[in-house]
Amino acid sequence: MLKLLGNGILETLYMTVTSTALAYIIGLPLGILLSVTDRTGITPIPTLNKILGFIVNLIRSVPFLILLVAILPITRAIVGTTIGSTATIVPLVFAAAPFVARMVESSIKEVDAGVIEAAHSMGSSPVQIIYKVLIPEATPSLIIGAAIAITTILGYSAMAGFVGGGGLGSIAINYGYYRYQEDVMLITVLLLVVIVQIFQEVGMKIAKVADKRIRSEK
Amino acid sequence: MIRLQNISKVFYTDSGPVEALKDINLSIKKGEIFGIIGLSGAGKSTLVRCINFLEKPTEGNVILDGRDLGGLTRKELLKARQSIGMIFQGFNLLSQRNALRNICFPLEIAGVSKSDAKARAYELLDIVGLSDKAKAYPSQLSGGQMQRVAIARALATNPKVLLCDEATSALDPNTTQSILELLKDINRKFGVTIVVITHEMKVIEQICNRVAVIDRSRIVEQGDVREVFMRPKSDIAKQLILPKSEAVEFLTSRRCLRIVFDGNSSFEPIISNMTLECHAVVNILFADTKNIDGKAFGQMVLQLPDDDTAIERIKAYLESKNILYKEEYLNA
Repeated sequence: MLKLLGNGILETLYMTVTSTALAYIIGLPLGILLSVTDRTGITPIPTLNKILGFIVNLIRSVPFLILLVAILPITRAIVGTTIGSTATIVPLVFAAAPFVARMVESSIKEVDAGVIEAAHSMGSSPVQIIYKVLIPEATPSLIIGAAIAITTILGYSAMAGFVGGGGLGSIAINYGYYRYQEDVMLITVLLLVVIVQIFQEVGMKIAKVADKRIRSEK
Repeated sequence: MIRLQNISKVFYTDSGPVEALKDINLSIKKGEIFGIIGLSGAGKSTLVRCINFLEKPTEGNVILDGRDLGGLTRKELLKARQSIGMIFQGFNLLSQRNALRNICFPLEIAGVSKSDAKARAYELLDIVGLSDKAKAYPSQLSGGQMQRVAIARALATNPKVLLCDEATSALDPNTTQSILELLKDINRKFGVTIVVITHEMKVIEQICNRVAVIDRSRIVEQGDVREVFMRPKSDIAKQLILPKSEAVEFLTSRRCLRIVFDGNSSFEPIISNMTLECHAVVNILFADTKNIDGKAFGQMVLQLPDDDTAIERIKAYLESKNILYKEEYLNA
């Protein structure tokens, strides 16, 4: 049993961390694109912004379990199977990338307009503003966003247990729900709670250390 | 140095077009400190942003050093902006960079090597008197210190022009004083042309050579600060310059003398000396003067005695002391 739970934890972490990383590879540039092409952004392209925004909203409005099933053919095409933790990563990334994009967008939009104007006044190009102003200034907020994203993805990964995904979610469903082993159910849920807490706390700590706006008394 | 020709700016908002600037013509000379004063909403912030094309004028030309900014390509414009420094009311420092790296920022943009940028940044920190704050983040600095870092940052690329958008409006009087001194110093030492936007007459009076008064999107008056101060023509200039005091308004029909201290006379008990020497008593209705570096700035309103010869003596005395005055019936 212990081995089973240990495996479950590893699988959950594997799915969550990999999916989050992949979701950020897609979502970070997408989020930046969404914020800079906005009407109030540094390079307004309203049409592109509307199209991207529509696609992001479309995917986000599909409930995860339905998305999971709906993209089974895509999953099979990419990883060759639809069960197990690796197969779960595909729908997780699919569902999380638009969510991450919105989180990134809102972090970038928090950057003080005055600072952006100052950068413009110094002759910065849009690309320089993105790399030297928007991302560094939004870093603490981006880290907090990442902590929220990873815990949300963890929740999704547990849901994937219903349709043959791996990890703690499937243990909770297979042992706790189908076999009425309530103790197993309880333990897996507790483990999930602990993991979420750790991710959240660590994320907040890193964000705090990274944020130079907070006065550090020495 | 800077010529604005027939500048107009229209903003198209949801509630219809708004004319922020109408037919602005200004010519700012090399090496001078030029003030633009107006109430909030008059259009002065838009005007200063037209100078570096942060706002593109709807009509008209901005000629900087003989080049029409409107005719530049995007790349050339970005390059041109590197020769125009700008500081802001809210300082606008990068909160995640320390003072040194904030000053390095425009140098990075201009493609200066890291080590050269650093050396230049230390040099600038020294100029603005913050050598010991190189590693401090903006959150660890006071408002005055932040503005000093912002000034250092604006000067990093050796700009020919420095635009100041309400640069002292968020600072207390003492700090304002020290920032104005610094700007004056920089103007003297490096010959940087400075354009100052403000709603405070005190700022203009202390550092500017010439001033333009902007009201409801138009320039209503411009000229030497001395001249505009002594003889404000437009209503808005009068409103900004003439003292507001209940005593002054109450005694409108009496002969008064408005004395302007524009920094050309030393700070001394001028009125006491005057009454002693002229054997005439006056009533001080209004006074707002201060001592800056031993020079007197500000103005005073005196109620004159009913004796013409005494008045003549007073005027002669003031002239001998090189003090500007104007006889007037305020409010009348």
